[in-house]
Order: sequence, then C-alpha cells, then structure tokens
Amino acid sequence: MIENIDLSLVNWSRAQFALTAIYHWLFVPLTLGLSFILAFMESIYVRTGDEIWKKMTKFWMTLFGINFAIGVATGLILEFEFGTNWSNYSWFVGDIFGAPLAVEGILAFFMESTFVAVMFFGWNKVGKKFHLASTWLVAIGANLSALWILVANSWMENPVGMVFNADTARNEMNSFRDVVLNPVAIDKFTHTVTSGFVLASVFVTGISAWFLLRHREEILAKKSIFIAGIFGLVSSLAVAITGDRSARTIAQVQPVKFAAMEALYDGKSEAGLTVIGVLTDSDDRIGEKKVHDVKMKIMIPKLLSIMTTGEGSGYVPGLKDLVNGNPEKGILSVREMMERGRYARQVLTDYKMAKEIGDDASVASLGAKFQEQDFINNYFRYFGYSFFDHPWQVIPSVPVTFYSFRIMVALGFFFILLFVLAIFFQRRDKLERHRWFLWISLISVPLAYLASESGWIVTEMGRQPWIIQNLMPVSVAVSNISTGAVQTTFILFAVLFTALLIAEVSIMSRQIKNGPKH
Amino acid sequence: MTRIASALRSFFMFYYEGFRTMSWWGKKVWIIIIIKLCIIFLILRLFFFSDFLNSNFNSDRERSNYVIEQLTGNK
Repeated sequence: MIENIDLSLVNWSRAQFALTAIYHWLFVPLTLGLSFILAFMESIYVRTGDEIWKKMTKFWMTLFGINFAIGVATGLILEFEFGTNWSNYSWFVGDIFGAPLAVEGILAFFMESTFVAVMFFGWNKVGKKFHLASTWLVAIGANLSALWILVANSWMENPVGMVFNADTARNEMNSFRDVVLNPVAIDKFTHTVTSGFVLASVFVTGISAWFLLRHREEILAKKSIFIAGIFGLVSSLAVAITGDRSARTIAQVQPVKFAAMEALYDGKSEAGLTVIGVLTDSDDRIGEKKVHDVKMKIMIPKLLSIMTTGEGSGYVPGLKDLVNGNPEKGILSVREMMERGRYARQVLTDYKMAKEIGDDASVASLGAKFQEQDFINNYFRYFGYSFFDHPWQVIPSVPVTFYSFRIMVALGFFFILLFVLAIFFQRRDKLERHRWFLWISLISVPLAYLASESGWIVTEMGRQPWIIQNLMPVSVAVSNISTGAVQTTFILFAVLFTALLIAEVSIMSRQIKNGPKH
Repeated sequence: MTRIASALRSFFMFYYEGFRTMSWWGKKVWIIIIIKLCIIFLILRLFFFSDFLNSNFNSDRERSNYVIEQLTGNK
C-alpha cells in the first residue's frame, strides 16, 4: 500500500530523476541551438561560395557532433525510470505519454541515422544544396523532437484531452489536438527551444571570444560572434516574450506555482513584481509551512497584476488565498478540493467493489459517472487532492522556486545586453580592444547553462507535490521498490553522467584548442 | 534490380567511407557511444531497470487491479 511507502523512497526517486534530467539537459539545449547556427553559416557558404563560411561551419559542426554524440540516448534513462520507479504514474498516464514519445523516437531515429550522417560524412560526396538541406533538416528535426517531449511534459502540468477509464485505471486520449495544442505545451515549447538558441549563441560567442583573447582565428571568431549575436539577440527577445506568455498560463493553470515564484502569500490587487529580494523566515505559518518575508526588495508596481490579468488593478491570489480559499474571488479552498477528490476516489472504490461482487446495476451507474462532465469537472479533476492529509501540503518549496526564477530572468536580461554589445563591438571592429567584454563572454558560457537549468528547476520544483497537476501527487506515483535499489542506481548514474560530462568537456576543449584547421 | 543493388552499394559505401575516414574525435565519441549504450542496455536495463508492473504481473488486468488498489487503498 502507498501509505506504507517510506518517504525516503519518494525523495530518492525524485533525486534520481532530477539528477538524470539535469545531466540530460546539459547536452540538449546546445544541440537545439547550435544546429540552427550551423544551418545559417552553411547557407551563407552555399550562397556566397566563400570558403571561410565552410571552414566555420565545419568547425562548429565538430563541436555540435561531440555534444550530440555524448548526449544521445541519455534521455532513454528517464524512460527507464518511469517504468521502474514511477510505475503507478506510468500506468495512470496510459497512452497519453506514450504517443508523443513514440513520435519523438521515430523522428529522432530517422533524423539521426540519415541527415546527421549526411552532415558529417557528406562533405564533397553529396551536392552542396543537398548537404545544406540535410543540415537544415537536422536543426528542424532536433527541435521537432523536443516538441514531442515537451508536449508530454506539459500534459503533466495541465492534463487535457483525456478521459479516465475506471476499468483499467488509465487515462485515455480522446483528443490528440487538445494534447498537442495544450496552451502549456505551446508556451513551453517556444520558451524552451528559444532558450536553447540563446545558450548556443552564448556558447559560440564565448568560444569565439576565447580565440580573440588568444589572438587566434580572428576572422572566424568575429564572423561567428556576429551570427551568434544576431541569432542570440532575436532568441533572447523571443525568450522574454514567450516567458511572459508562459507566466500568464502558469497563473491560470498552476496558480500555486505562480504564487511560489513570487513568494506571494497574501493576495492583492495592484500587485507589484519583485525584481530582486531576499527571503527571510517570519513567525507566520500556513499549517506546518513557514511563511517567508521578502526583504530588501526592488519592485515594479502593478506589473504582476498586469502580467496575470492584463489590468493594473487586477487581483493576484497569494498562497494563503489558494490554500484557505477566497470565496469573494471564487477560489476554492484546498480542504474543499480534498473533499471533492475523496468523493471521486470513493466512487472509484465503490465501482471496484461493485465489480468484485457482481453488482451490475451499481457497476453501470458508478461507471457512468466517469463519463459525466459534472463529475469530471467538479470532482474527478480534484482526484489527487484526496491523497493529502493537510491543505498546506500543496505548497512547493518557495525559496527554491523564488530564487531559481530570479536567476533565470536576471541572466536572460543579461544575455540581451551581452548580444547587443557583441553586435555593437563586432560591427565597429572593436572586439579585441575590449578584452573585458571578451572575458565576460567567455565566463557567460557556464551562466547560460545555469539559466537553462534554473528554468527547469522553476518548472519542476514549482509544481511539487504534483507529478500530474491535481490528479496525482508524486508520493502516489512511486513504485513500491526498495530504497536501496534507488540509491544504488542514483550513484551509478552520478558516476556515468559525470564520466560523460568529463569526456565531453575534455574532447571539446581539445578540439577547440586545435582550432578549425585540425 | 541492378539499380537497386547499385543504390544499396552507394548507400553502404557512403557510410563505410564515412566511418573509415573519420577524424580522431569521431572515433573517440563512437567508442564512448558504444560503451554508453552497453552500460545503458546491458547493465542498467537488464539488472537495475526492469519494468515494475511487467515483471510483477502477468496481464494488463492484474496490472490495472494493482494500480486501482494503489489509488483507492490508502486513507
């Protein structure tokens, strides 16, 4: 039984998944963005016939290849973990998770076995235009591949387009369109891939800056900085726009996460956005959860209200409203949701019992409830709340969510400035004179990874305790296996991924030091 | 038939030549890929990551019943 599962099993399973996902995400965003930078460079080569662009394409393609090869298949481990550590969840999501992942698997296989091979083996063997087409197809394919993963992930944050089958305990997709056009999926896809473009642009700018600091490959470095600067600036602005859209959607479908991102405990009209702040413990509590005060804060008045409601006077609910309820604003209390969820679970229990004793009349009437819109919208949608003992258990870690969000946003704006300066200095041919800028560009490479990982921490930590929003908490999703087994594989993964990362960094560093001639 | 055979030969030669003339880093990352896939599929998958429901139950009906019990059985 779930109640017998040791909490340490849940925490170790979460830690293992987090470790795997964080390492996996070290490889993915560079692939997403660098593939497009290669496509731009090769397009200029094919158009102009200038050999420097071919040399540049081949150099950055080498780094792309190293990253792609080391990172490939690291995502498979996440799928293993679903089946082993998160079996209740895997069964409960049914084909909804399987369908997008199957599309992704097929797409990735064809892309990797054909077009990536043409990219690397096809120089001087296939026509220039065919080679260029392959490079573009790798870029488009890699990003489409990400789409399907993100569609599956978004369903967990906003489950739509499905109906629960009480006989099989699985959710069945009844609208592929709703699953794919899930507003969370659209925002997440655009925000995630454009953030990958920014990371790759920072990477290219940083490595190029290193060449300039060493007075090497100056033409290649300057042209690379120009391409990366333009692509990075456009992508950074897109990240800001899609991030804003994403925040509005989160405010609608995951209001607790949104309030945690702002450390907003008391709802208010004309709510300001906290740009910078330090969280300190207060004497106040929501249940057993500490309430934090935001000290030393810099705020932009009314911006949070405008972001979430479109009006400066709009009301933004705080964590206390969302937990205790606010009838004036039409917000249900978590206790009410727990009651409704328990009713839904009782219907499922009664249905199971009726089937066991062969009570056909009850089977028919109870089974029909899972098809009724009133039951689905007012009771089953709160199914997951039935597993909580206390309302405060729906609150995620506010400090982790609050600080990760600010790190991501601050670095996002920093990169806009970085790309503006990169383009400015490059166009005036003053890059070498501003060595401070070259050093900042180089130091920015790890910061791009930090921003990217912080974004995922906001997403995944901010939605705790849910594995599927409102339907299934993580404690219910976990398999009843031994904690020791999870600890063992955690250590194995830590060793494997660290070895892969060391291999990537060392091979890439050597290739960068060798430069494009080798 | 000869056209198909010729196309297949060209396809094979494309990959063969590609791998034969691969650079040092290419050979190195292929070794890493092979080791990585062996670890993932031959060690992790076989010994540590068996599918919990598939290995503990024989039919989908049993799996469904187990998960329903998990969902309804506590509190």
